[in-house]
Amino acid sequence: MSGLKTDNRVIGWIDERLPVFSMLQNSAVEYPTPKNLNYWWNFGSLAGFMLVVMIVTGIFLAMHYVPNTKMAFGSVDHIMRDVNYGWLIRYLHMNGATMFFILVYIHIFRGLYYGSYKSPREMLWWIGIVIFVLMMATAFMGYVLPWGQMSFWGATVITNLFSAFPLVGRAIVHWLWGGFSVGDPTLNRFFALHYLLPFVILGLVFVHLWALHTVKSNNPLGIDVKSPQDTIPFHPYYTVKDLVGIGVFLLIYLAFVFFHPNLFGDPVNYIPANPMATPPHIEPEWYFLPYYAILRSFTHDIFGFTAKLQGVLAMFASILLLFFLPWLDGSRVRSARFRPIYKQVFWLLVADVVALGYLGSLPPKPATVTYMQIATAYYFFHFLVLLPLLGRFEKPRPLPTSISAAVLPAAAGSPRPMEKV
Amino acid sequence: MMRSLLIGFAVALAMIAGAPPAGAAPGPNRIPPLLRPHFSFQGVFGRYNKAALKRGFEVFHQVCSNCHALNRVDYHSLSAVGLTKAQIKALAAERQIQAGPNAEGKMFMRPGRPSDPYIPPFPNAEAAAAVYGAAPPDLSLMAVQRKGGPDFIYSILMGFVPAPKGVSLPPNKFYNEYFPGHAISMPPPLAPGAVTYADGTKATVPQMAHDVVTFLNWAAQPHLDERKALGLRVLGFVAFLTILFYALKRQIWKNVDQRD
Repeated sequence: MSGLKTDNRVIGWIDERLPVFSMLQNSAVEYPTPKNLNYWWNFGSLAGFMLVVMIVTGIFLAMHYVPNTKMAFGSVDHIMRDVNYGWLIRYLHMNGATMFFILVYIHIFRGLYYGSYKSPREMLWWIGIVIFVLMMATAFMGYVLPWGQMSFWGATVITNLFSAFPLVGRAIVHWLWGGFSVGDPTLNRFFALHYLLPFVILGLVFVHLWALHTVKSNNPLGIDVKSPQDTIPFHPYYTVKDLVGIGVFLLIYLAFVFFHPNLFGDPVNYIPANPMATPPHIEPEWYFLPYYAILRSFTHDIFGFTAKLQGVLAMFASILLLFFLPWLDGSRVRSARFRPIYKQVFWLLVADVVALGYLGSLPPKPATVTYMQIATAYYFFHFLVLLPLLGRFEKPRPLPTSISAAVLPAAAGSPRPMEKV
Repeated sequence: MMRSLLIGFAVALAMIAGAPPAGAAPGPNRIPPLLRPHFSFQGVFGRYNKAALKRGFEVFHQVCSNCHALNRVDYHSLSAVGLTKAQIKALAAERQIQAGPNAEGKMFMRPGRPSDPYIPPFPNAEAAAAVYGAAPPDLSLMAVQRKGGPDFIYSILMGFVPAPKGVSLPPNKFYNEYFPGHAISMPPPLAPGAVTYADGTKATVPQMAHDVVTFLNWAAQPHLDERKALGLRVLGFVAFLTILFYALKRQIWKNVDQRD
């Protein structure tokens, strides 16, 4: 693996002094990859692709955007009308955020289904969660920048969540705002951070890849690679497969950009921010709705713990919980294919999160709140009760002896131990 | 996996179906579903109808612009709705705008120029509110600011009906079926024949409403034609490229034993 063989003396000369070509050779060409990865494994490379698209379009937007409360809305409108292809760059960025979240949510749920967070991939999983949290912060601050009604009121509501903490809450909120309401200092720092964080994410993506290439990819069977027969080189097999994924993804993404660019956005955000007029219904972008539902599920103060504080803590906990997943799930079997009960409750969790998202978009009526509470309770029940119990009591189906053995029916110990995806 | 996927979504659907529908507040404030006429610019192949754009501008110019601003649209961009350079120059010069200071340090009024944004009928929102009781909103982005967009504007324009029995309106308010709360400050703006069309089209209320919505949608999304035309070419190219990638993938993978 190490040591690059090349006839090109320039490449050889450079590589002896700075082994960039050996590194590429090892991690993007020869990198041994399980040969049975299905198309759910495309979403990592797709998310990486999307990150690059967001950074590139974002830099061009920043060349024309003005982070000032009096001019921000107008500067975005100027981009849409007067900048050459400004409408295209902005629609790519706007819909790109939505697509990025779809890709990353599928990527995370793929990890949940195939047990990609289990030993030895805990570090890989944790870095992924950190990336996800930073991504949410970046998306939230990015949504504030156009300074529409929902930008302003969304920023006000979300930053106000920190006021739920006793004693220091108010001080934290004023510190975040840089004043006594969401205003110019807030917009300026949000712009600075919105420009900074994507590069932090980019760095963490390389750490994520570093960890991945140390422990190697998981696979749909969830069993370890046993011999070179189980793997194929990354190039050309997975490079070409990733290109197919990018092609299909682009078709969907660009269809929205060119033909329905405002479908995922709230029309209210095309009204300039007005601190004197609250919109009748404030709701976050769709990708935050499940957390918004969890936040709003808590309606009663208990022993001085305000409902708001409970909601805020539950919302943070719903994500932080994922850090503990390697221990909450005690099953030694990774892939849900060999876990008959986990396979069912996995889809229940997906359904629960979809339901939370839908409920999060509704105005809070008593009946809605009850449904939200049930869905929230089930979310925590899944991770804190179901998973540990399943680890102890679920009887997994027999695992194939190796990836190759599972593929060649004659060599397989049991007849077709898996179903087709 | 397919079976459990179906079960999962069935459960999700059941949970969603059990939840109450969004909106739909019963009682006198109920808003009927918006009118949904067909507009030339809708759909993948939809483009702005040039004649409708021109007529729509005439409605805006002769009716709407007496109260509403169009601050984000420059005069010169109106060439896209079919105005000639000379017409644009004359149109801009119809209104005065404050400029200066001059060499003596005085502000002065000058006629508008094609490079100016459409000059509003009032110097500021307060002046407009003082006359009408409420400031008429800027119409530059109206077609994307409301749920339903063009359908919303069309419905409002068509929605002036006599107030139902038992509904009393505050002074200087008008009853509109589609306006949230039904009491709108705008008097019914369109009456048959309110506009003289240059192309001789009969100025009925639905005709004027339809045309002006086309114009306002253009004002909010001036690049729609270009966007959709480019979109078709880009998607065609990406589809072709994806087919090639897939064929290449099949070729490269044909000797790999794998079942996924």
